[in-house]
Amino acid sequence: MPGRAARGAPVACATVTSTLIWIVVALVAIGLYLSWTAGRLDRLHSRIDAARAALDAQLLRRASVAQELATSGVLDPAASMVLYEAAHAARQAEEDNREVAESDLSQALRAVFGEVQQVEAVQAVPGGEDAARELAQAVRRVPMARRFHNDAVRAARALRRHRKVRWFRLAGHAPFPLAFEMDDEAPVALADRPGT
Amino acid sequence: MRIGIVCPYSWDVPGGVQFHIRDLADHLIDLGHDVSVLAPADDDTPLPPYVVSAGRAVPVPYNGSVARLNFGFLSAARVRRWLHDGTFDVIHIHEPASPSLGLLACWAAQGPIVATFHTSNPRSRAMIAAYPILQPALEKIRARIAVSEYARRTLVEHLGGDAVVIPNGVDVDFFAKAEPKAEWQGDTIGFIGRIDEPRKGLPVLMKALPKILAERPGTRLLVAGRGDEEEAVEKLPAELRSRVEFLGMVSDDDKARFLRSVDLYVAPNTGGESFGIILVEAMSAGAPVLASDLDAFAQVLDQGAAGELFANEDADALAASALRLLGDPARRAELRARGSAHVRRFDWSTVGADILSVYETVTDGAAAVAADEPDEPGGLLARLGLVRD
Repeated sequence: MPGRAARGAPVACATVTSTLIWIVVALVAIGLYLSWTAGRLDRLHSRIDAARAALDAQLLRRASVAQELATSGVLDPAASMVLYEAAHAARQAEEDNREVAESDLSQALRAVFGEVQQVEAVQAVPGGEDAARELAQAVRRVPMARRFHNDAVRAARALRRHRKVRWFRLAGHAPFPLAFEMDDEAPVALADRPGT
Repeated sequence: MRIGIVCPYSWDVPGGVQFHIRDLADHLIDLGHDVSVLAPADDDTPLPPYVVSAGRAVPVPYNGSVARLNFGFLSAARVRRWLHDGTFDVIHIHEPASPSLGLLACWAAQGPIVATFHTSNPRSRAMIAAYPILQPALEKIRARIAVSEYARRTLVEHLGGDAVVIPNGVDVDFFAKAEPKAEWQGDTIGFIGRIDEPRKGLPVLMKALPKILAERPGTRLLVAGRGDEEEAVEKLPAELRSRVEFLGMVSDDDKARFLRSVDLYVAPNTGGESFGIILVEAMSAGAPVLASDLDAFAQVLDQGAAGELFANEDADALAASALRLLGDPARRAELRARGSAHVRRFDWSTVGADILSVYETVTDGAAAVAADEPDEPGGLLARLGLVRD
């Protein structure tokens, strides 16, 4: 029956069109979701970059103050040498060796500033008050910056392990973020704080 | 530095978080920083000049009690306007995981965000359900602060990641220099807290009181705080009721004088505490402290070195410890001395410097990244890995 076929064609056509529209809508929605996720990931990566920059700055500050104190003549020669060695090594360390070198510096600082008397001796000399305060601030801020960095790394890793990110390669070429692990315990005499 | 602080709870209602934010803002302003606080408040409440109202908080049932929260379209718009007008270097959000201003600010803010987690609530069902929505907002937080080791543990368990511990601050000298009041002195036990809230522990203290009075009939219990006084003494034998004095709500000055005067401060709280600022205040004022052995309290009291602990909810243990302390002036003097020395680390000079350290660590990093990395070209295509370089 030709009449019926002629009437059926527009209906079939409309069905196809609406199916197509739905497919397009779904694709756009998926695309938007993926784009949003990519934006989220991007933000996490830049958060890691910022946290890493802050951590680098704090580590460098700590090593500089330690080196300054080591060369100032305030400390006894043995302590000066130990501290200078560790601070120098921390500043010069290559990337793969950095965590070990910074941990060594933490240990050296703990060895030198293990007692309150040593800190008081530093504070007693002219300009020593400032140096001691800067060092106390640096040994306090390194663990802070490291925690913020590793927190960002954990958040990014959690998202990057997700299926949608792996399948659609949303992370692009960004390297898989690594935590910065080191011994950052502050010398007791410099950090009289609860917790942390 | 331009600092924006977000307070999730109503400014009209006194509470630990609100006081903390008020003192923090005062401290930062004294140091010369530019501070603006966004807080829910009724329109007719007088506000300090640095507080911006985010509108009235709506009481809604949440997490087992009625909480006054801000949410919805209008609040979100106010948050966005505040963020836009403020151009802050750093935004400090308190309680970002509660469905109020904190979460809205976290959602809308762009720059470096610092967040303080005050409570150590077990993860609520609402939070589990909202987790996929919450996570992207919480991911923006660059630095997390927990108010105690206990709060940090709960945070790590529930949300993963890590946080630094910075305790709540107290103006130690304000309490240390307060004038004792004669009528509150002489064999007195002090309690401050809401009377009708069982978790503040007044019922435990009331249960212990007959035992204490049996041995030391001259002892008086002074209670400062709101609530139904009749109901509080209901369980107490009628002849002992005169040994309990209710002072109602006290002003900050009277609170300091109160803590300076009492012979023993008792904190019988039974749970739900993540810090215990009142213990720090009591120690600042030189009051010997006897507290229940909650995790948070044990930490504030240096595991019992700066104040004594008794087994939580155990009225007999409370009575025994209180009697021993009241009968031993030497031990109380020792606790006073230890408490006063211990409490220095909670002074705003220390706590404020730590919080500023966090701000500076976060903004340092952000500035470094902004400087050496202009907007990357490519946008979506680059993110999808479709651009070859």
